[in-house]
Amino acid sequence: MTSFNPKTIGLALLAPAIAIILSILVTTAVIAAVGSSPGEFWSTMFEMPKPRLRVDIVNQTAMIYIAAVAAAIGFRMGLFNIGLEGQYTIASFAAASFAGAAYLGGFANVAASIIVAMVVGAAWSGIAGILKTTRGVSEVISTIMLNAIAVTLVGYFLNNYGVKEGNTVHTKNLEPGSTLGGFAPFEDRDGEIWALSIIAVLVGVGFWVLLNKTRFGYDLRASGQSESAALASGINPKRMILVSMMLSGAVAGLIWLPALFGGARNYGTSFQVGLGFLGIAVALLGRNRPLGMLFGALLFAFLSVKSNDLTFSTDVSPSIVQITQGVAVLAVVVTYEVVRRWRTRLEQRAVSRELAEAREATA
Amino acid sequence: MRRLTKLSAVAAVAALALAGCGGSDSEGGGGDKPAASDDVCKTADGDGPKIGLAYDVGGRGDQSFNDSAYAGLEKAVTDFDATCIEGEATDGEAESAREDRLRNMAENGATAIIGVGFAYSESVNAVAPDFPEVNFAVIDGFDPDETANDNVAYLGFAEEQGSFLVGVAAAEKSKSGTIGFVGGVNNDLIQKFEAGYTAGAKAANPDIKVEVAYIQESDLAGFGDPAGGKAAATGEFDKGADVVYHAAGGSGSGVFDAAVEAGEGNYAIGVDSDQYLTATDAQKPFILTSMLKRVDTATYDFAKSIDEGKALVSYTVYDLKADGVGYSKSGGFVDDIAADIDGYKDKIIGGEIKVPTKP
Repeated sequence: MTSFNPKTIGLALLAPAIAIILSILVTTAVIAAVGSSPGEFWSTMFEMPKPRLRVDIVNQTAMIYIAAVAAAIGFRMGLFNIGLEGQYTIASFAAASFAGAAYLGGFANVAASIIVAMVVGAAWSGIAGILKTTRGVSEVISTIMLNAIAVTLVGYFLNNYGVKEGNTVHTKNLEPGSTLGGFAPFEDRDGEIWALSIIAVLVGVGFWVLLNKTRFGYDLRASGQSESAALASGINPKRMILVSMMLSGAVAGLIWLPALFGGARNYGTSFQVGLGFLGIAVALLGRNRPLGMLFGALLFAFLSVKSNDLTFSTDVSPSIVQITQGVAVLAVVVTYEVVRRWRTRLEQRAVSRELAEAREATA
Repeated sequence: MRRLTKLSAVAAVAALALAGCGGSDSEGGGGDKPAASDDVCKTADGDGPKIGLAYDVGGRGDQSFNDSAYAGLEKAVTDFDATCIEGEATDGEAESAREDRLRNMAENGATAIIGVGFAYSESVNAVAPDFPEVNFAVIDGFDPDETANDNVAYLGFAEEQGSFLVGVAAAEKSKSGTIGFVGGVNNDLIQKFEAGYTAGAKAANPDIKVEVAYIQESDLAGFGDPAGGKAAATGEFDKGADVVYHAAGGSGSGVFDAAVEAGEGNYAIGVDSDQYLTATDAQKPFILTSMLKRVDTATYDFAKSIDEGKALVSYTVYDLKADGVGYSKSGGFVDDIAADIDGYKDKIIGGEIKVPTKP
């Protein structure tokens, strides 16, 4: 479809470049408007992160990236799975409960818990898939509602079956043999890169292979681009919707597992909410491409982690980076569309010029 | 105004302007002042201890939990020539962000670091062993593992005792014989409020009927849902209740609105800080009293222990005796029954009355 000439690559990079510049400008304007110093803000943000923050950035990137891939699987099919948040909440809770119960020991426990998380995530998103294929319920509506139901269910189970401690409640702690820890690139107190962050790499590579090297991936892309064309070429659209929805949920189930086995030990106060929505934003930012999303996940992780420094060296609130992130996503969506139209016009002009030349030649 | 977002300051100022900031009545409320406009940490330059205050989500300006901690910090800075650093939490942040905040404070020379809210329990537990020379405290916190930390204090409150007193006030002020309770989330912590409130009401009037409603079964959103609070309270007013106590954080403003709509003769009771002081002019005549949870006392106390070189460690419960909980008299609605309430207070302090923590 596209050839690798410098002009196409330049055009492909143009949109994200404009988006980033735009988000920097808007953030700067907002900071200046409330009377703080944008210079101070940017110099703090772009300062080299301390070792422990570098570790955090890697860990956060991994989790956000898994979430982005989960979102992208749906997006490539034309399905808006807004329910990642609920899917990974309930899957994380299920995996933490299973792992905490210690039916199995050591690594077998970890492996089984990963499967539990994927199955529960797939089952939860499958509900939305079945509703869409049998009753025609929009997945946007059903997944948002399932988010609320997941949070309530998890709360109910935690309240009734969780371990109470102080004012909080959590699932049973993992046995020491089932925690994986990770790899500490700096001093011990700077923290570890969680072992299961490797899931992000596997998921990323798997996504690329699935899309580009398998029949299923072809069906997925075809259905996403034109459902009627897909139907004409013998693809069962209902089956595709259900399968891709469940696949998206299964990957979503993996999102928080690196943290669970890396340091959290249980599902409780340390459970990180919001990764599902971050994943959707990063999938949009990265245009559902494996490499693009990696860049997006890294950018978002960097901004979130580094924003903590703001409270110490500036008077800008760390929440400001959410504006940067939001504008980046909005801008990328808009600029891609603008660049796409501009490119189409360039192509049309090139074609009509060639046609005119051909006509002259024959005349 | 260092470290406090100017954005939220603008919002807070706007909210205060709309709310009609007023009322210099400080009786019972101690150091409660609506969102201070300047930041004591920016100007403090004494040679006392350096205090780090890590806020919960919401941060300065929430007119409740976090502001109360700040009030304690402000007092500590004046009394002990202390300096301070503040750190703000963001919604949905990672556990590692909380840890990083605490480490940053320790590395910047803080010798007393306070995590405001139980969410800091885990992160303090992870950070404290790396800084043995620094003392930590967690408000409402607990030690999440078996190894005791000898440089961490867990500061809890006997919320049921304070709730008992406002329960007495509710029962004595009720004409209909029915009162109500609105909880934000049906968990152990909020059930403590309900249990104390009901026990207090029954002590003052054994025939009293208590309507109980929770906004959410488990979702913490129940603490930030004024519409839900209003619906729950309106339901109780409709069932004949004429005093409704809320333990629902930010949802409480909806409970106040419900009392306003229920009309004269109906009241709501506030929680955590003296909410009469921050309520709107329309709401003020309907706020009977507030159950005070003195986060400022706990914060100040911890700073004091550091200043005196006898750092608090392990669990401390702030109860009526320690002036850690109480009730407010702002507005003068309970002045006529204050003697009664104080009588119960003395009995609780004396151990004559044991207040239940479970409904």
